[in-house]
Amino acid sequence: MATVKLKQVRKSFGNTEVVHGVDVSIDDAEFVVLVGPSGCGKSTLLRMIAGLEEITEGEIYIGDALVNKIAPKERDIAMVFQNYALYPHMTVFENMAFSMKLAGCSKQEQRERVDEATRILGLGDYLERYPRQLSGGQRQRVAMGRAIVRKPQVFLFDEPLSNLDAKLRVQMRTEIRELHQRLKTTSVYVTHDQIEAMTMADKIVVMNKGNVEQVGSPLDLYDHPANQFVAGFIGSPAMNFLKGVLVTVSAGRAVKFATDRILPAPASAEPDGREVILGVRPEQLLINTLASGESPSTKPGSDEATARQSSVDFESGVEAKVVVIEPTGADTQILCKLAGNDVVVVTRERHTFRPGDLIRLNVQDGNTCLFDPMSGGRL
Amino acid sequence: MAIQAAKTEQREGMHFLESVPRRWVTVYIPLTLFLFFLLFPFYWMGLTAFKPNAELLATDGNPFWVMAPTLDHFKKLFVDTSYPTWLWNTIIVSVVATFVSLATSVFAAYAIERLRFKGAHQLGVAIFLAYLVPPSILFIPLATMVFQLGMFDSRLALIFTYPTFLIPFCTWLLMGYFRSIPFELEECAIIDGATRWQILTRIVLPLAIPGLISAGIFAFTLSWNEFIYALTFVSASENKTVPVGVITELVEGDVYHWGSLMAGALVGSLPVAIMYSFFVEYYVAGMTGAVKE
Amino acid sequence: MDNRNVLGALFMLPAAAILLTFLTYPLGLGVWLGFTDAKIGRGGEWIGFENYEWLWDDSVFRLSIFNTFLYTVVASIVKFALGLWLALLLNRHLPFKSFLRAIVLLPFIVPTVLSAIAFWWIYDAQFSVLSWTLMKLGLIDEYINFLGEPNLARASTITANVWRGVPFVAICLLAGLQTISPALYEAAAIDGATPWQKFRNITLPMLSPIIAVVMTFSVLFTFTDFQLIWVLTRGGPINATHLMATLSFQRAIPGGALGEGAAIAISMIPFLLAAILFSYFGLQRRKWQQGGSDR
Repeated sequence: MATVKLKQVRKSFGNTEVVHGVDVSIDDAEFVVLVGPSGCGKSTLLRMIAGLEEITEGEIYIGDALVNKIAPKERDIAMVFQNYALYPHMTVFENMAFSMKLAGCSKQEQRERVDEATRILGLGDYLERYPRQLSGGQRQRVAMGRAIVRKPQVFLFDEPLSNLDAKLRVQMRTEIRELHQRLKTTSVYVTHDQIEAMTMADKIVVMNKGNVEQVGSPLDLYDHPANQFVAGFIGSPAMNFLKGVLVTVSAGRAVKFATDRILPAPASAEPDGREVILGVRPEQLLINTLASGESPSTKPGSDEATARQSSVDFESGVEAKVVVIEPTGADTQILCKLAGNDVVVVTRERHTFRPGDLIRLNVQDGNTCLFDPMSGGRL
Repeated sequence: MAIQAAKTEQREGMHFLESVPRRWVTVYIPLTLFLFFLLFPFYWMGLTAFKPNAELLATDGNPFWVMAPTLDHFKKLFVDTSYPTWLWNTIIVSVVATFVSLATSVFAAYAIERLRFKGAHQLGVAIFLAYLVPPSILFIPLATMVFQLGMFDSRLALIFTYPTFLIPFCTWLLMGYFRSIPFELEECAIIDGATRWQILTRIVLPLAIPGLISAGIFAFTLSWNEFIYALTFVSASENKTVPVGVITELVEGDVYHWGSLMAGALVGSLPVAIMYSFFVEYYVAGMTGAVKE
Repeated sequence: MDNRNVLGALFMLPAAAILLTFLTYPLGLGVWLGFTDAKIGRGGEWIGFENYEWLWDDSVFRLSIFNTFLYTVVASIVKFALGLWLALLLNRHLPFKSFLRAIVLLPFIVPTVLSAIAFWWIYDAQFSVLSWTLMKLGLIDEYINFLGEPNLARASTITANVWRGVPFVAICLLAGLQTISPALYEAAAIDGATPWQKFRNITLPMLSPIIAVVMTFSVLFTFTDFQLIWVLTRGGPINATHLMATLSFQRAIPGGALGEGAAIAISMIPFLLAAILFSYFGLQRRKWQQGGSDR
């Protein structure tokens, strides 16, 4: 069983602790992604699993074996490095066969295993080339081939796609995923890109500043973030955070903002008047089309109109001013100013707004979150 | 180019896998032996310079320490011999030769690297090859030339001949530094209307200061170290440089004034050593830069 | 003044002037002198290859060729081995690394002649501290005549040369070692390489271009060495340590035979060229360094 267990793992460089008591459990054949911003400790954690860094405190088990003091080559792992770490003076074939050559395997066996990996990765034409003569994507495949040849218990990936251009990254993502489905080897994958995490992982471990923020399946993290950090990290464009105060209106709970606008909020045990942060994903904001140019504040009796809004229904929505419109073709991102907050709305519909227009936004039922402004935790 | 992570995490490496006793045997002990081998002569040189003659010639006692340190040798060196004159000569020659070489090298290096005129690359290689011509081949013809030019037995002879090995090295080094200055900076200046001279003095030179320092220090050290030209072209005591003077004049017949010899060697090494200690990085950069090119 | 070629020529003028006058011309002059019987004090007449023919029959000259090769080959091999070892040691995770690196270079910084004097003293037949120590340890009966016995003198001069040259080799190789990405060693560790295997399969191949350059310089400077020998032995005892450079000087300046001295010096050139070409092939861009597409 190629499981990986991390128990209260800590890492300090000198007197600075960079990884604080991490517990993670990885099952056999699982593809787990460690994701987080730069410097959060995910690479350090991976390197500790690999045996490239000392484990200051805690235990790491690969299979049933405690590997804290065991050298990398004894751990039966293989690693794909961010900068590929291909041996520049060896051909692709020699790169992939290197571990076998060191172990004294016969030329025959080397040939067989390399051919197998080559077939899977489509490297047939490149075996006699040197890394310098390959493109980034090809080098990445050779790096993976080198790992596959070892037939390890666990694959470790250290941000392997960060050096590729966007299009190639998308392609390689799929290839790695297919590879995993084919080989079914336990894999630990480190990245700072949450899209990679979402598309590739069976289980995601979100890290921040040396701590694990949340562990769960991609959709789990997306729909039920444990705190503001996870909510803001997972999902692109990021979730909108609006600061306000909890109120109760006839239609249910709501959050009231500084300018007396309100948006519906999920049911909550928290009392009225509590300061909260409302989290709304861009695609959860619906646009109620409003004739452009209308500016309620210049109309007489507008105060009454806004006061009336806060009373009963949410249907007319909250007013927001369009700042920038970014059409990507498939959808449109609209940056607005809502009650003093910067807000991003994503819609699949085409609109003819222009910067400066006023629109009304409404919130789709369910799925909004409330966070505590101090701790960031979900309420 | 894809975006790289802005902050890379710290790394320490796999040292934890190596046992401490093993590290002592494979690293610390050999390193200590190396350091001892490389530094002992200096210690010995320094010790001898301060040891009174009685202790120097004694065969008993502990030779590795000095019981009654004395400055007699230094006094003898500075008072009874022309050492101060030699020191002064060496300084003058080294400084002037360095200055001349640096100035010419800057122009030459800029011309080859930046002006890229016809045949520039070949000239660059030629200059590098010039560095490989050893003084031990050139000293005889140069001696005849120096004599014919009437510069024999003067510091001028050295000032004119030292650049022959200083310029190639400095040019090569500075070429490397100029190459590392982005060409866009100069293009920008050209668009802004600067002349070549202004570009050289206002943009390129300030950016190449580390290179200039490296080249300057190296040139100074090489000049100070030069021996065969100084031995051949100069004969009168008051014109000699330190290396030549110490070798030829501190030995009277069979009597070796070891104390003064060592004192002379010590004092003669000091200027270079002091300068080196302030500019170690530049020196290393100069040395490795020339080799890597 | 913006015409490239004109400006280029102008900028090159000072350097070209000095080098042509004091380097290229003397080189030609030296070759010419080798074909004359010039002496100090009077000009020379053309005598063709007579100098060279005479030298070829001169046993001392032939000995100097042998000595030069012996000196160069042995010293270079030892310098390479020790230099590489020292570089590997300095490349480790050490406290005070920059300080160590700085003091390691001292033998190379200090004027050769002055450190040679220190060795002169260390090798002194009567007062050598080495002999004193060996006597005290009971390993020898009488003081060693380091510079007075032919083979001992060779060993002593080679040792002094090695002492001076190891730092240069070590620091340059260290710079080369530092260009090797640590990730390669990590990948090798995961692939199962022992320290020796890492050295043979990664360090040496990747270091070979810079080894070629450094050793070329080292061989060149060792072959044409003058200062060390002249200070320590003047070429003795019985010409056992005479190199071609020292013999050339001795014949020309104290001896007064400029033509002959020039001929000896010029005969160093073929060997030097051979050494340069030898390492030029080492410098050739290897296949694995060529080609290269952008990421």
